[in-house]
Amino acid sequence: MEINAKGMYYRDLNNLLREKVAEGVTEFTLQGINGQRYLGTGLKGKVKIEVYGTPGNDLGAFMDGPEIIVYGNGQDGIANTMNDGRVVVHGHAGDVLGYGMRGGELYIRDSVGYRVGIHMKEYKKQVPVIVVGGTAGAFFGEYMAGGILVVLGLNKKEGEPLTGDYLGTGMHGGVIYLRGEVEKDILGKEVAEFELTEEDYKRLNPLLENYANFFNVPLDEIKKVPFKKLVPVSHRPYGKLYTY
Amino acid sequence: MDRTFERIPSGCAISGIMSVTGKRISGEKIIASISLMHDRSNGLGGGFAAYGIYPEFADHYAFHLMYQSERGRTLTEEFLNKHFIIERGEPIPTRPVATITDPPLLWRYFLKVPEERLYKNHEPMDERDYVVEKVMYINDNIPDSYVASSGKNMGAFKGVGYPEDIGRFFRLEEYEGYLWTAHGRFPTNTPGWWGGAHPFTLLDWSVVHNGEISSYGINKRYLEMFGYKCTLMTDTEVVAYAVDLLHRRHDLPLEIVAKVLAAPFWKDIEKMEEEDRKLYTALRQVYGSALLNGPFSIIVANSKVMMGLNDRIKLRPMVWGRRGDFYYMASEESAIYEIEPALDEVHVSKGGEPVIVRLKEGE
Repeated sequence: MEINAKGMYYRDLNNLLREKVAEGVTEFTLQGINGQRYLGTGLKGKVKIEVYGTPGNDLGAFMDGPEIIVYGNGQDGIANTMNDGRVVVHGHAGDVLGYGMRGGELYIRDSVGYRVGIHMKEYKKQVPVIVVGGTAGAFFGEYMAGGILVVLGLNKKEGEPLTGDYLGTGMHGGVIYLRGEVEKDILGKEVAEFELTEEDYKRLNPLLENYANFFNVPLDEIKKVPFKKLVPVSHRPYGKLYTY
Repeated sequence: MDRTFERIPSGCAISGIMSVTGKRISGEKIIASISLMHDRSNGLGGGFAAYGIYPEFADHYAFHLMYQSERGRTLTEEFLNKHFIIERGEPIPTRPVATITDPPLLWRYFLKVPEERLYKNHEPMDERDYVVEKVMYINDNIPDSYVASSGKNMGAFKGVGYPEDIGRFFRLEEYEGYLWTAHGRFPTNTPGWWGGAHPFTLLDWSVVHNGEISSYGINKRYLEMFGYKCTLMTDTEVVAYAVDLLHRRHDLPLEIVAKVLAAPFWKDIEKMEEEDRKLYTALRQVYGSALLNGPFSIIVANSKVMMGLNDRIKLRPMVWGRRGDFYYMASEESAIYEIEPALDEVHVSKGGEPVIVRLKEGE
């Protein structure tokens, strides 16, 4: 189903989407999107939404299953507390992506802003994933409690850092895969850098294949640069802080 | 202009457009841009700064006044008559808008400073210092009167309401300017009232701000030492006075002003090369009290420049873009696309790194 959403208020648009999903529509193409927030919020099940334009903040918040593909840039707060599903952005995106995310996947073709992956968490099979094709801003993976973050740094300019300062600050779960090197002094004191194991490659490779497929980038090109991983050195860095 | 507006604790939206070659456009575009971010505001404040709108009075100080009573107007006009040459005084044109209620009396005056008055304690006085002194006097001493703006060939249009309604109320589509900024307010710590709406201005400076300035108390006391009076009950006021002090009076380049307002952390200063380390150490030592703490994204403008700046760890959003000689800044990227769908470049701003756009000389 195609919807021309130019000038449409976000509430009306989201109501329409929910209504149509309830009626059994599973595929949507949204034309003329500009700034409508909360698109796809709380939607469940096998639904595919193609978005043409720049959706507003909190795209896919609390989403539980659908797939959203954005042909344009994203703004702030994509995949906020998302439970399941997939968001693919053919462009860059803003700050605070995947806040409290607890499942599903977020692929951003280009760079992202500050605080991406903040407080992501995982539980058994619920392992959220964010793959960033470009670079990431400061506080990447801040307070991360679970899940997988990947930064590729493709098309990174000479001298441009892969991520901003305070990388993995307060992190106490999950893993960050970095394609390339970062300065040691930007690392949060709760994390340390390690080489990847076989197990790591088993988790990482399918994500890289997805990225290569979604954005039509040669996989060889992505694999040309060696990866490092960041994991927390303590599971409970604050255990004592708040009890004594 | 009732000053007992209810405080609703609860984001803001900002937007800016500038033609670096001085091309003037109507207020429609900035209204469209800020209006797209309607849901970032709550109807308790909206406002615009417009540059290049009074070419026929380009050499006059354009004072925009808000009066809560006729008495305020009488007293202020008496004061203006005594200290300035009033070339023209008139009500600011407005149109009725259903959602804009209880506006103050809104007047504008085009003023010149009589040269013989530019003495203080028998010493010659800078004309702009003179104007600042008079603005501070009105805001602080004349009842029911607030100066909304006081620069040349520019003006602030602001009030209580959603920004798009304020824009229509002030008939901004009838003005043409080369630089526009706008604000939609969601007051957090201070009441929503007409004088407290953004932009905050002084001379031709204007500031629109999303965030809150936790260092307001320190900044205010520091600025008071230089004669600035903070009377508007809103934290953002200090930014306008701080840039006036640092750039106009202390002659710091705007790039450095940004590094005073959003100073690098000591740990980052320690990593700098010696020359920079000395400079930034000195700046933090001398201007520590002008550091803005807390989350903010601001657009600061004067007749020649538009600067976007975020706090050091970027706790508020900002995006900037360019199409030809027009530059755009906004809290959300879509607010730029709304008025310019085909940008030549677009970037998500970084914390503490100013984006400075200058009018090309001779334009």
